[in-house]
Amino acid sequence: MFTAILAITALALILGLLLGFAAIRFKVEGDPIADQLDKILPQTQCGQCSFAGCRPYAEAMAAGEADINRCPPGGETTIQALADLLEVEFKPLDEECGVEKPKMLAVIDEDRCIGCTLCIQACPVDAILGAAKQMHTIIASECTGCELCLPPCPVDCIDMVETQPNPNTWRWPDPAHLDLKMGNKP
Amino acid sequence: MTQKLGSFPGGLILDGHKKQSTQVAIRKMPLSKKLVLPLQQHIGEASTAIVSVGTKVLKGQKIAKAEGHVSVYLHAPSSGTITAIDEQPVPHPSGLSALCISIETDGLDQWTKREPTKDFTSLSGHEIRHIIREAGIVGLGGAGFPSFIKLNPGIHHNVETLIINGVECEPYITCDDMIMRERTEGILDGIEIICFALRVKQCVIAIEDNKPEAIAAVERALSSRLDLTSTKVVIIPTRYPAGSEKQLIQVVTGKQVPSRGLPIDIGVVCHNVGTAYAIARAINHGEPSISRIVTVTGKNVEHAGNFETLFGTPMHELLTFCGTKRQSDEPFILGGPMMGYNLSGDHLPVTKTSNCILVGVDDSAEASTPLPCIRCGECATACPVSLLPQQLYWHSRAKDLEKANEYNLFDCIECGCCSYVCPSEIPLVHYFRFAKTEIMNQQQESAKSDVARIRHENRLARIEQEQQEKNLRQKQRKAALAASQAAKAKAAELVVETTTDNQEHN
Repeated sequence: MFTAILAITALALILGLLLGFAAIRFKVEGDPIADQLDKILPQTQCGQCSFAGCRPYAEAMAAGEADINRCPPGGETTIQALADLLEVEFKPLDEECGVEKPKMLAVIDEDRCIGCTLCIQACPVDAILGAAKQMHTIIASECTGCELCLPPCPVDCIDMVETQPNPNTWRWPDPAHLDLKMGNKP
Repeated sequence: MTQKLGSFPGGLILDGHKKQSTQVAIRKMPLSKKLVLPLQQHIGEASTAIVSVGTKVLKGQKIAKAEGHVSVYLHAPSSGTITAIDEQPVPHPSGLSALCISIETDGLDQWTKREPTKDFTSLSGHEIRHIIREAGIVGLGGAGFPSFIKLNPGIHHNVETLIINGVECEPYITCDDMIMRERTEGILDGIEIICFALRVKQCVIAIEDNKPEAIAAVERALSSRLDLTSTKVVIIPTRYPAGSEKQLIQVVTGKQVPSRGLPIDIGVVCHNVGTAYAIARAINHGEPSISRIVTVTGKNVEHAGNFETLFGTPMHELLTFCGTKRQSDEPFILGGPMMGYNLSGDHLPVTKTSNCILVGVDDSAEASTPLPCIRCGECATACPVSLLPQQLYWHSRAKDLEKANEYNLFDCIECGCCSYVCPSEIPLVHYFRFAKTEIMNQQQESAKSDVARIRHENRLARIEQEQQEKNLRQKQRKAALAASQAAKAKAAELVVETTTDNQEHN
């Protein structure tokens, strides 16, 4: 009886120490789930999810504090990828956050720009170039289309335009619509 | 012929339909009034215009320069005036427009100064590649890859075999057949230059056995060339797609190019016969790439044939020249019936990769609605790359792109064999093209979002640093203020003390 208790206690002690050691030795830096979620998000940093950027939203999702359907720029594809990763049911986009739109690009009407730098301060990815009382311009290749530069502009000189495909970025259309006899179930 | 030929799996024996366009010799297409030259006619970066609107140019003058490594120069195909540099419809399956240079020709066809090389053996490999890049030569077989890159053996590779591709396996197309019949000497000159630049000993000219005239012409010319003893003609059995680079290598050498690898990885380089001819013109005559042979054929073409056409010539002029039963704006095929794509619109220009214009395919049934896949496996049997088209189809259809990629979607050469044999008439290749462009787009988007993430993180870090510096400055200012106040107070005290001292002294 006594030896049994002793043996079990010793075993528990050893295993406990082993687990404790492993917890320190193999500690994972950062939050791997949040990292993976962040990787899926489109990085527009637009804040439509009500969080201050993609990373905070990913962290909130990882902590189970936010739903997966709050990212309008990512749209259905992103929600599906998030659902797959978190192994939860797919949900349609939360309309409170916004609607899925085609990819946009901000364009400054340079004749109307007064050089106030307010949009430069608002841009989350430093995609606007300019200085005080100098004309500003958008670095098109860096613009994520988040629209955060629109509200601060005092002269309303920023427009959002749809990005047009060129022969290099063009995609073949989905042939599934040809499959009439099979119905359109994916 | 002693060498034993290899083979590739699958493939199809197709009706050639080549007689229609090989009855007449190559003719010169009359000069068009207006030439439209897309800045991107090759794989890689688009060229950059070096002329402006209103500039007078001579035939063969450079009008756009190469941008980056994988790019080539572009030349004026005839003398005239630049009338526009703007977006024009280009021959692309999307039907989209791209930046083009338009030239109004003056009809004089006046050459710029040409600098032929008398003896190419006096040049280094590097100099040859430089001339070929500046001459704007790209693979004329159809893909349009800059040729100078494929003339560089590199430091790590040893090129054992050069294969000159005269297979032309796709039905209807005959431009390579005709160039082999009529411009044999030029092709052989080109082969000499390529062999010299690549330092390769063994050269094989591969021709399908359905082109006896071309085989006879090349063998005859070759027998009188004492300097090309290590070059031989290899006649390969007619089977589609034997002319596709990787399949041809398998037939000629018996070796397989590794998945996602390049022919040079196994010591082989392939060039098209038309490219070899263009290389000879560039080195020996100083003529840049400004024209190509275009096959115009199909059951709705009255006078089918091959035409030496300047780049930029509107396709409808070619079609009018040949006489077709086509209504204006009726779609036609650019390329062959298997791999070509439908184009509509009359004002599309001939480019470096336009090998064939096809109006009316004989055995094409009315495009019918596809039936469900019955898993017969015919597609897998026909696939020359040993892929599983059926699996690729399911995954592409379900947009499960990751899975499609796992099944080696990017090894698909889009030859169309699977779609051709499918009893349910499922447009399999269309699905694969769709999935490929979707995957490429996702990769681009993901790369872009990575950049955005880094820029955002850098911005946050910068804002925080600025805030810290501001706080520090504030603290320092506060400390300085406190110190100066203390000093003032002390000074005041001192003054008070001294005055009291003075008073005491008094």
